[in-house]
Amino acid sequence: MRHAISKLGKDTITFFEEAGAIFMLLGKILSYSGRVFKDWHLLLQQMMTIGFRSLPIVMMIGLFTGAVSAWQTNYQISGYVPIRYLGLATYKAVIIELGPVLTAIILAGRVGASIAAELGTMKVTEQIDALESLAINAVRYLAAPRFFAAVIMMPILVVFADFIAISGAWFVAVVFLDIPTKIFFSEIPQFFIVYDIFAGLFKALFFGGIISLIGCYVGFSTTGGAEGVGKSTIRSFVLSAILILIFDYLLAIILF
Amino acid sequence: MIEIKGVTKSFGEKPVLRGVDLTINTGESIVIIGRSGCGKSVLLKHLIGLIQPDTGNIIIDGEDITQMKEADLYRMRRNFGVLFQSSALFDSMTVRDNIALELEEHTDKPIEEIDQIVAERLRMVGLPDTEALKPAELSGGMKKRVGLARAIAFSPSYVLYDEPTTGLDPIMADIINELIVNLKEKLDVTSIIVTHDMVSAYKIADRIVMLHRGVIMYDGTPDEIRSTDNEVVRQFIEGQADGPIKPVPVGGPSLRYHRSG
Repeated sequence: MRHAISKLGKDTITFFEEAGAIFMLLGKILSYSGRVFKDWHLLLQQMMTIGFRSLPIVMMIGLFTGAVSAWQTNYQISGYVPIRYLGLATYKAVIIELGPVLTAIILAGRVGASIAAELGTMKVTEQIDALESLAINAVRYLAAPRFFAAVIMMPILVVFADFIAISGAWFVAVVFLDIPTKIFFSEIPQFFIVYDIFAGLFKALFFGGIISLIGCYVGFSTTGGAEGVGKSTIRSFVLSAILILIFDYLLAIILF
Repeated sequence: MIEIKGVTKSFGEKPVLRGVDLTINTGESIVIIGRSGCGKSVLLKHLIGLIQPDTGNIIIDGEDITQMKEADLYRMRRNFGVLFQSSALFDSMTVRDNIALELEEHTDKPIEEIDQIVAERLRMVGLPDTEALKPAELSGGMKKRVGLARAIAFSPSYVLYDEPTTGLDPIMADIINELIVNLKEKLDVTSIIVTHDMVSAYKIADRIVMLHRGVIMYDGTPDEIRSTDNEVVRQFIEGQADGPIKPVPVGGPSLRYHRSG
């Protein structure tokens, strides 16, 4: 019992220490928000890595998300709700929730874990010390471009994911559920709210920040060689995924 | 000149430096010897502020770096070049970009001039025309030499070497030793070398100090250390298992054999 209380106490202290360290890293990164655009070549490089190279997987996820949404919405509403609302239900689910959240979870695996592995390897092989010894601030040079690239590219990726998801839903509706295109899109204009789109994109921007911040933090705090890098990769994904879901709930309360 | 005054450092419960006092004069080559894990590299990292001491002061050219603001610390680091134990070359960059990085970040020199400096530094370390190679294409000795070229790219006043010959064959180790001696003469730098390779230490040192149990326990010239009657130093420089320095037990009792009878 005493051991359990002691462990709980230590874990609580570690939690607050880590949360503090993450916020301090965020503060340092934000302090370079002006400088990051001067280092445009670093930012552009990361925008390519984080954004452009993630497009194929994001589009694939979008396609199947939309397809599944249409199929299952049809299953759930048939007999209760007129089928002309299928397109609207799918569109709303994709724009507000599925597009930002699923894209974020995928990118936590593809981008966040990759940032943690890359920076973690640099840490354990003394490359970060080497950078600092050259009088180059590692947060400015490594973390800031990754953070801002993720924050900029995430909403853009979500726009693609949303578009492909709705296209996927439309394809399933037309080809497999025999719903004409006109019917599928019929209710969307009536319930179209610009705020929904911006709220979805704001969530995406926020999730992009979480993924890159956690990736950088976990990478910078890596210890213990190749094994440590492996653990950091997993830790980055798990931590990002949990935070994405927690903040998804909090943002839902605030935004809607 | 570098003055290290009463520096202590612990990691968790484990004290590593217990009050290091050392003065390094401008222009000299000082070798810090000591057993693996005794805190040599930790001491070296203190000199450029990569690690902050728990107590004590590190004064470089009259400025105490333990009290410096971050911006001043980065300015001070430009006076230093560091060759890391693992070379620590940036994997994603070519040899040229590794060496040019500091110049590109801190100067407005045109690319042509930076390329000239890179080529010159590579010639100095005996690796001309290797600019386009990636670190993965280099041997261990080549990596060390590129690391050295990077360390001297910005014409530093101080060059720190962390185990420069570790992991190299004896011939390559001697090439690195020659380079350290030559660079000191050509660039007029103060060299601080951490090593436990005594062949290397004798060859490059003006002065040798020994770090043991967290303090500087010996300070002398290579000739003085060869003839010292200090048992701890003798055991270390002669590489003997028996003596006052006990092996560190790993996961159990002492690994030493105890003779009976």
